[in-house]
Amino acid sequence: MSVLIYADSHHGKFPKSSLEAVSYGAAIAASRGTTSVVLTIGTLQGDGGLGKAGAQKVLNASSVHTTDSQQLSRLVVAAAQAQNADVIIFSHDIAGKMIAPRVAARLDAGLIPGATSLPASEGAFKIKKNVFSGKAIAELEVTTSKKVITLLPNSFSVKTDGQDAPVEAFQADLGNTTLKVKEVKSEEKEGEIPLPEADLVVSAGRGLKGPENWGIVETLAHELGAATACSRPVSDIGWRPHHEHVGQTGITIRPNLYIAIGISGAIQHLAGVNGSKTIVVINKDPEAPFFKAADYGIVGDAFEVLPKLIEAAKAYNASK
Amino acid sequence: MKILVCISKAPDTTSKIAFTEGNTKFDENGVQFIVNPYDEWYALVRALEIKEAQGGNVTILSVGGADYEPIIRKALAIGADDAVRIDAQESDSLYVAKQIAEYAKDKGFDIIMCGKETINYNGSVVPGMVAELLDLPYIPLAVKLDVNAGVATLEREVNGGLEVVEVTGSFVLSAAKGMAEQRIPNMRGIMAARTKPLQVVPAFAAETSTKLVSYDLPPAKGACKYIDAEQAGDLIRILHEEAKVI
Repeated sequence: MSVLIYADSHHGKFPKSSLEAVSYGAAIAASRGTTSVVLTIGTLQGDGGLGKAGAQKVLNASSVHTTDSQQLSRLVVAAAQAQNADVIIFSHDIAGKMIAPRVAARLDAGLIPGATSLPASEGAFKIKKNVFSGKAIAELEVTTSKKVITLLPNSFSVKTDGQDAPVEAFQADLGNTTLKVKEVKSEEKEGEIPLPEADLVVSAGRGLKGPENWGIVETLAHELGAATACSRPVSDIGWRPHHEHVGQTGITIRPNLYIAIGISGAIQHLAGVNGSKTIVVINKDPEAPFFKAADYGIVGDAFEVLPKLIEAAKAYNASK
Repeated sequence: MKILVCISKAPDTTSKIAFTEGNTKFDENGVQFIVNPYDEWYALVRALEIKEAQGGNVTILSVGGADYEPIIRKALAIGADDAVRIDAQESDSLYVAKQIAEYAKDKGFDIIMCGKETINYNGSVVPGMVAELLDLPYIPLAVKLDVNAGVATLEREVNGGLEVVEVTGSFVLSAAKGMAEQRIPNMRGIMAARTKPLQVVPAFAAETSTKLVSYDLPPAKGACKYIDAEQAGDLIRILHEEAKVI
């Protein structure tokens, strides 16, 4: 038996969410007395750092570059069969949401999407996940012999003390697809931290009054090494790009620190950020509902508060 | 174009979340149910736009009990042609996917559309399972869909941007924000919905693969600690020393 982890890479690197899935899978393998095997596609340098994160063996399908769910799920199913895997792990990222359901359906395996805990150490295979957009937690039991789990990003620490892992070439028949990729439109900026990956996020809303005022938000984010985000109205009126919109209809993030500036804290916005470990709210309206969800609050005008924060962050950086 | 739109019911976003029966059942007391927003605003509305432009038929499919009928009628009021309810408890995602796939397998749908996730279970997995069970391509997190002469062009969210894909033949998608704008049903739609066909079919035999053990509420947040705006710079020290996040 083994635990198979599919680790997605981006520009040849494994993002934190993928390494979290590897460490999570390694912990499950250790508790079940089995081996953690990581499956990757595309070019791999050495073991890609996957051994340190907990992989005991790496399977590399180096010639595979497809982004098609049908072909990738065939690859994962073939690896699961070859490795006699009874637990298959993905991150609950874009690749995991795309491939894991297909793999679960193919193997007739119960799937826990967006898991936030390790399986219970004794008895039935029980795992926790967030439900009702983070407003509750459900514990679910997988009742099938094979199990598929997608791990919610920022729910498990990346292990860094593992040994280098042996890498084996892996191939499988991917079959046909009727899907053709015509183009990839990148919205990434050089040096910018991708929002879903960010540990620290500085976010602003309509309280900033106009797109020309975002300089202070970006400066604060830069000083803290944070990514920038925004509320829905701000992306709807085009002040900020769509991929920065966090909230129920935008993206859901769970950073260690979320600083919300000039955002009132509508329930739809909270649904996208309520998993953040520490929430700071800066708003000139002391009645803003967001303060109820905040760990720290500053009642004040953003244009007066932010320069003070930037100055303090600069002093903090200089003292490090 | 023959389009199937799968809809789920979800508690209104502002609902109080509480549980009964020893924390094993969602407390529906006083809760207003709505069509899951991703299913309605994006999947259903885009399906209707395509039908209006090119002709065809939009069928609504739900897996659930009789309590689903108000939200199915709402989808019909927005403009769907007919509806099917599979009379089964929506217990786990693979079970629901098997119900949908079993119904859809011999009906010749060109497109099967779902929302990107439900706002109550946040799984994001049923459409991918349906695609696998029917051996069809799957385009998750689609923000754009156009169909021309039997070829569909879609844009989907990928890491750091969007991927533009073309697909021929039938496929399954999950719809994300951007695909369409919400439509409010008008009085004529609401009247017409009352007489549109709603077929109830019995559940297909299938095993469940997961079961709920219990629900819990997250630990309550401590009270917000306020920092004087004049001393705002102090926040940086607190984030480092107390919250230990920088």
